[in-house]
Amino acid sequence: MIELENITKVYKAGQTEVPALRGISCRIESGEMVSITGPSGSGKSTLMNIIGCLDKPTSGRYLLDGIEVSKLNDNQLAEIRNKKIGFVFQSFNLLSRTTALANVELPLIYSGASNRRQRALQVLESVGLGHRVNHRPSELAGGEQQRVAIARALVNNPSLILADEPTGNLDTKTSQEIMLIFKQLHEQGMTIVLITHEPDIAAYTQRTIKIRDGQIEGGV
Amino acid sequence: MKLWDCFSTALRALLGNKLRSVLTMLGILIGVAAVISVLSLGSAQAAIVEESFATLGSNLIYVTPRELGMSGVGAQSTLTLKDAQAIAQSAPSVEDVSPMAQTYAQVVAGGESLSNTIIAGVAPQAEWVDNYAVAQGSFITDFDYRARSRVAVLGSEVAKTLFGEMDPTGQSLRIGGRQFQVSGVLESRGMGFGLEDMRVYIPLSTFYTTLATSQVGSRGNSVNIISVQVKSSDMLESAEQEITAILRDTHNIREGEDDDFRVLNVASVADQVTQVLGILQLALAGIAGISLLVGGIGIMNIMLVSVTERIREIGLRKAIGAKRRDIMIQFLIEAATLGLCGGALGIGLGWIIVIIMSNIATNLGFSFTATLSGDAIALAVGVAIFIGLVSGLYPAIRAARLDPIESLRHE
Repeated sequence: MIELENITKVYKAGQTEVPALRGISCRIESGEMVSITGPSGSGKSTLMNIIGCLDKPTSGRYLLDGIEVSKLNDNQLAEIRNKKIGFVFQSFNLLSRTTALANVELPLIYSGASNRRQRALQVLESVGLGHRVNHRPSELAGGEQQRVAIARALVNNPSLILADEPTGNLDTKTSQEIMLIFKQLHEQGMTIVLITHEPDIAAYTQRTIKIRDGQIEGGV
Repeated sequence: MKLWDCFSTALRALLGNKLRSVLTMLGILIGVAAVISVLSLGSAQAAIVEESFATLGSNLIYVTPRELGMSGVGAQSTLTLKDAQAIAQSAPSVEDVSPMAQTYAQVVAGGESLSNTIIAGVAPQAEWVDNYAVAQGSFITDFDYRARSRVAVLGSEVAKTLFGEMDPTGQSLRIGGRQFQVSGVLESRGMGFGLEDMRVYIPLSTFYTTLATSQVGSRGNSVNIISVQVKSSDMLESAEQEITAILRDTHNIREGEDDDFRVLNVASVADQVTQVLGILQLALAGIAGISLLVGGIGIMNIMLVSVTERIREIGLRKAIGAKRRDIMIQFLIEAATLGLCGGALGIGLGWIIVIIMSNIATNLGFSFTATLSGDAIALAVGVAIFIGLVSGLYPAIRAARLDPIESLRHE
C-alpha cells in the first residue's frame, strides 16, 4: 500500500529553484493496478523516482507498506528497493554480458538469498521464458528481453511493480503480450504502477492518475 | 552481498573484457618481474663477490705503488724487494710477506705459443699468503728460489692453452726465449678476478736474472705488488699503520709529503665493493619499482574508463538494491584482481628471467645460484595487490557515489 501526503520536490539549478512536484497526495491500495500519465515535463518521472525510492521528496510524507520512506537513509532505501520494489524500464536495462538467468538472479545476490538459481528459474518460467534462460540479452527479441526484466522485478517477491514506459520500445503486438503479463500479475494480487503517456496502455489499468505541472489533475 | 558473490561479479566483469584485462595487468607483470629478477640476481652477485674475495686469502693487505693499480705490469715501480723485507722484519702485526714483480713475455711450448703473457716473479711464501692452490706438481720451493732455478708454475688457462689435456709437469717451455721446466699447475680461481689463471709464475730471483734485468735498480730490485698477511683480522688496522710508517721511513718521505705507495686492506675493499653493488642493486630495484607505479596508474586509468562505460549498469545495480558499499567492493575487487594476477604472472616471468640469466652466467664460468625466496614472492604479491587496491580506490569511490537516477538515464 502506497500513501503519498502532500509530496513536493524542488530541484535547484544554481540560484533558481525549479518545482517539479507541488503537493501530491494519493493512495494506491495493495493489489491495485494504476497508471500514472502526463505530458513530458509534468513531473511524472520525478513522482516515479520518489515512489521507487530512488529519490527523496523535498517535503511531505511517503508511506510504503506503513514504512515512512522519506525518513530512511541511502542504505535503507537500497534495501527497500531490493525487497519491496520491482523495476521494469523502457529500455529493459539488462546486463548485456550475462545470461537471462544471471540477470534475474541479480536482485537475489544483493539480498543475500539462498536457492537463487531455483527461484530465478521459477520466475523465468512464469513469464514464459523457461526455455531461453541461458541466452544473453542480445540473443533475445525485445519482448523476450522485457520478460526477463519483469522476471527480475518479480524475483524478490516485491510488494510493488513499478514499470516506466514498459512498452515504449516494443511494437503493438509485443506490447499487448507484455501488458497481458502485467494483467495476469495483477489478477494474482500484485500491486502495479505503470508510468506511460500512451492511452492504450493506460486503458489496461483500473485507474489513471493524471499529472500536469507537478499536480494531480483528476482521478484521485 | 556476500563476499563470494562480490568476487564472482568482479571476475565475470574482468573475463568479459579479456584483452583489456591482460593489457592492464601487463604493467604490474613487468614491474614485478623486474623487481624479482633484480633482487635475485643481486643476491647471487653479492655471493660471487664474497667468494671471489675469499679466494684471495685471509687477513690480506696489498701494498702497491701510488701511481699504478694492482695490475701495473712491467712499469717502473717505487716499491722494491727491500721494502718487502723491511715490512717482514719490522712490522710486529705482520705474519708473512709475498712480493711480486711482473712483466710481459712470449711463452712457447710444443707447437703452441702465447704472446704477451704475464710472467710473475714470486717467492715461495706466495703459495700461502696469496692462497694459490696447486692442482698438479708443486709450487715454487725455497730451493728453486735460492738456486734461481728455471722452473715455472702455470695458471690453469695457460696450461690448458699450451698443453691441452696433457699433464704439463716436467715439460719444458720457453719464456721470453729462455728454457724453463714446468713444476706445477694452479687450480682455477674462476672468473672473479680473472688474471691469476692466465699468469705464469717463476721464482722472483730467476725473474730478475733472466727476464727483467731492467727492474734491478740502485735502490734495490723493484716489485709491483707486495701481499702482506696479517696475524689476525683485528690487527689489520695496526698492520696498515706499521707498513705506512716503515715505507715512509725507507722511502725518505718527509712530514707533510704524500706517500709514494698505497696500502689496500682487502677486507675493506671487499666491503666497499659489496656496498657499491648494494647501492647499484637498490637503484635498479628502484627503477623496476617505477614500472610498478606506472602499472598502478594503468590500472587506475582502466578502472576509470570501466566505471564510465558501466554507468548504466551501476545505476541499474543501485536501483535493484546494491548499496554504495556493494558497488565499491565490486570495483575494488576488480582492481585488486588485476594487481594479483599481474603480480603472480610477474613472479613467473621474473623466475624465468633469473633461470635464463643464471644459465648464461654458469656457461661463462661463474658459480651462480640465484634463488627466489618465499619472502620475495610474498612481498611481490602483497605489493601487487596493494597497488591494485590503491589504484582502484578512487574509481571505486566514484562508482559508488553515482546517482542511480542520472546513471539510469545515461546514454
